[in-house]
Amino acid sequence: MSGPARACRLVLITAAACLLGACTPQTPSVLDARGPAERRVTGLWWLMLWIAAAVFAVVIVMIVWGIVRGRSRSEEDARRPAPWGEPFVVVAGVGVSAIILVGLFLLSLRAMQVLAAPGRHDALAVHVVGHDWWWEVRYPNGAVTANEIHVPSGERVRLVLDAADVIHSFWVPQLAPKRDLIPGRTNELWIEADEPGRYRGQCAEYCGLQHAHMAFWVIAQPPSEFGAWLGDQVRPAGAPPSGLAARGRDVFLTNTCVGCHTIRGTDATGKLGPDLTHLASRDTIAAATLPNTPDVLAEWVSDPQDAKPGVSMPPTQLSSSDLQALVAYLRSLR
Amino acid sequence: MTTAEREALETIWSEKPGLGTWIGTIDHKRLSVRYIYTGLFFFVAGGIEALLIRTQLAHANLHVLAPEAYNQIFTMHGVTMMFLFATPVLSGFGFYIVPLMIGARDVAFPRLNAFGYYSFLAAGVFLYSAFIVGRAPDNGWFNYTPIADRAFSTGVNVDFYTLGLLLSGISMTVGAINFIVTIFKLRAPGMSVNRIPIFVWGELAMSLSIVFALPALTVANVMLTLQRKWGFHFFDPAHGGDALLWQHLFWIFGHPEVYIVVLPALGIASAIIPTNVRRPMIGYTYIVLAELATALLGFGVWVHHMFATGLPEISMSYISLVSFLIAIPSGVQVFAWLATIVAGKPVLRTSFLFVLGFIVIFVIGGFSGVMFASIPFDQATTDSYFVVAHFHYVLVGGAVFPIFGAIYHWVPKMTGRLLNERAGKWSFWLMFGGFNLAFFPQHISGLMGQPRRTYTYQPGLGWDLWNLLSTIGAFVLALGVLVTFVNWYWSRYRGPTAGSDPWHGETLEWATTSPPPHYNFETIPQIRSKEPVWDQPDLRNGAQAPDAGGRPLDAGHLQLSTTMLDASPEAALELPHESPWPFVLTLAVTAFFYGILLGAAPVAVVGAVATFAATAGWLWPRGESPGT
Repeated sequence: MSGPARACRLVLITAAACLLGACTPQTPSVLDARGPAERRVTGLWWLMLWIAAAVFAVVIVMIVWGIVRGRSRSEEDARRPAPWGEPFVVVAGVGVSAIILVGLFLLSLRAMQVLAAPGRHDALAVHVVGHDWWWEVRYPNGAVTANEIHVPSGERVRLVLDAADVIHSFWVPQLAPKRDLIPGRTNELWIEADEPGRYRGQCAEYCGLQHAHMAFWVIAQPPSEFGAWLGDQVRPAGAPPSGLAARGRDVFLTNTCVGCHTIRGTDATGKLGPDLTHLASRDTIAAATLPNTPDVLAEWVSDPQDAKPGVSMPPTQLSSSDLQALVAYLRSLR
Repeated sequence: MTTAEREALETIWSEKPGLGTWIGTIDHKRLSVRYIYTGLFFFVAGGIEALLIRTQLAHANLHVLAPEAYNQIFTMHGVTMMFLFATPVLSGFGFYIVPLMIGARDVAFPRLNAFGYYSFLAAGVFLYSAFIVGRAPDNGWFNYTPIADRAFSTGVNVDFYTLGLLLSGISMTVGAINFIVTIFKLRAPGMSVNRIPIFVWGELAMSLSIVFALPALTVANVMLTLQRKWGFHFFDPAHGGDALLWQHLFWIFGHPEVYIVVLPALGIASAIIPTNVRRPMIGYTYIVLAELATALLGFGVWVHHMFATGLPEISMSYISLVSFLIAIPSGVQVFAWLATIVAGKPVLRTSFLFVLGFIVIFVIGGFSGVMFASIPFDQATTDSYFVVAHFHYVLVGGAVFPIFGAIYHWVPKMTGRLLNERAGKWSFWLMFGGFNLAFFPQHISGLMGQPRRTYTYQPGLGWDLWNLLSTIGAFVLALGVLVTFVNWYWSRYRGPTAGSDPWHGETLEWATTSPPPHYNFETIPQIRSKEPVWDQPDLRNGAQAPDAGGRPLDAGHLQLSTTMLDASPEAALELPHESPWPFVLTLAVTAFFYGILLGAAPVAVVGAVATFAATAGWLWPRGESPGT
């Protein structure tokens, strides 16, 4: 089989494999657009892909044609002038190419304008700060959370993006093109999810040792549900009801935890790590790396370096009863 | 030409045996072979790094490499392939073949050529010495600030990067200047600009790009060294600097760097195609203009690496347009090659197969390249595996495949022995299949949201299969590479004799013996055609008779210089002889860089003084030949 034919087959096989469902429901695919911004991109992609496929077919046909035709030709035939040659190069290489490329440029420009249009003035503005290696999320009403961005579905949300240390990049493939978070600059991006759902995002700019584990979730909720969630999140943590959790609270407040974490309504006001006021309401910990379950939480507190080597949080030496109490307290922070 | 005359030339041009000459050689052929061997050594090193990366990523959450090891290895993979493999090997083929193609006896500045090689070797040793202390550069070949600043990169890793690239920049700059002057001034009489082989144009376009692009990288690395070592604030937003400034400077160099790698490789394709389809290239003028246009437009596209940084839409639009249009010169070249293939009689030798494979792969890389010109699509896919797929299609397709074609095409010229064709074809198909299996799936995993530069990924996101395929492909590709290296080694001892013109080529390197004599050509030929060896039977054996226009130029260590456009004879230049100074100067410069790296002021001072002393020693008038 010739090179081109083999390449063609490879392309077809891989494309078919993808269509046949190597994608899982969790796959954060650029082509699985779930909002108006990303749909713009998907449209451009399919157009460009089909043009590319057509030109690729021309390339392959010419190579195969040349090889097949060449077999029956003599050296004298090969040396003959080919008066069609240069006009072909100019028409195909310059003329046709320029028309296609300028056309694509104009379509892209149109899409860019739509994407760049600022959100409505009264749109919800969420402040997202990139940290090594987690996401701080602040709402205008004072609610603060981490690694989970709740938004009302069907509404445009303005994101104000900034970085605390190095450059990060905000990327939710199903919702919007990405935008960098750069120290000393403030960027903006709007996102909108058509339907309620969970959309995975991840840092897309290399940011050091744990760049691989800096993910987050965008959770789109029906507007009323979102409003209720936001109301919950702004409240300070309640006093723990049961004895074990109450002891856990003392463990938290008398250990190094308070140096870095804030739990609103207590004396813990550290700023270096995620706000834990409503930790138990989140599905994951460690920047969408681990499930938020009691066992995982206990392991994480004892030795965060195991799951995320290089993370700023140090191991915490606690007796097993203290650890159990601490986890019970953290689990009570709904 | 009589035997006596030939012996006279041999005496003038051969170098004395011994260690002094081995170090001090200025023979472009010897130095080129060293460039190629050293570059391929680093290709193997970079390849091993690639296999480690792919092993780590074969499956989700593997622990083959710790994160800090992974970051060093992916960084060194990029740095190695760009600075220590692609450019040196392409320069190596250039420094070997260009003087032969233009009918010259050496390059314009033979001692500078030796210095170029030694400083490249020094840059390689310097960068790889970082592994000995376990502190190789670890912020990617792009080395963005502020992560590369002292606050976030406390070790010497980044200093190895900045200083290593400065050293490599010295090598690239002197090499580029040497190419430009050689191509402008040393062409055989009659080789007017419209008869220069396209490969030579490719090396010229590369050299012009280097001369104008490298200063941006040099400035950036000097500024970053000042910031890291002496507390300057160029890139530090907390003190009025700008984190994005580094990205501008880096990509003003970094995008032309892609063309620095690809342009000479396209030239290789343009050298192999006419020989193997048995006819002159269609659209010679358009190909040449396309190469130069690419080199020029390459300076107007850097911001497409920064479309996600939040720059104003208006400035991104200009760059987007140029990024779309730069596909035109590449398209012109591809269509000219295709037209030539259709009009000719293709002979499917291994070298030509590699060129066909290159065209297929490079065209796919070109398509994804055009997609990145589209601002919204770029913003959606930049920094994902889609980009990794794209630039490997462009750079492996656009440089590695042509280089392997060049091995089968030109190594017989260098060694006098042919490589085995059957093994060559095995190598090609393994590399072609392996390459596509390694990199095509990365388009898909990238579109599925997999970000690049991560040491691992989570299972269950649909990325596992594509990564596994990619890893398998990488090993198949490596096997294909290995077959060619074994084939090459075998051919040195067992390969059939090549003769001066095994492929019935059209350019001047085929008019002399394989390997060529020290003086390349017994007489400097008079050129009357764009395909001289096809059209001038008098050129055979590199000894055009004086009555046909050949110039013996045997009164000394002489090289003819000609005018820039028409290549009319101008003067006989005396070329210098072997010299230890390029090597000594390299040692001095390297000592200076190690001094800076280690913060050891005495070492740096000694290195700086020795640099001046070695330069003075090099240039000291000795009353014999003019210095270079």
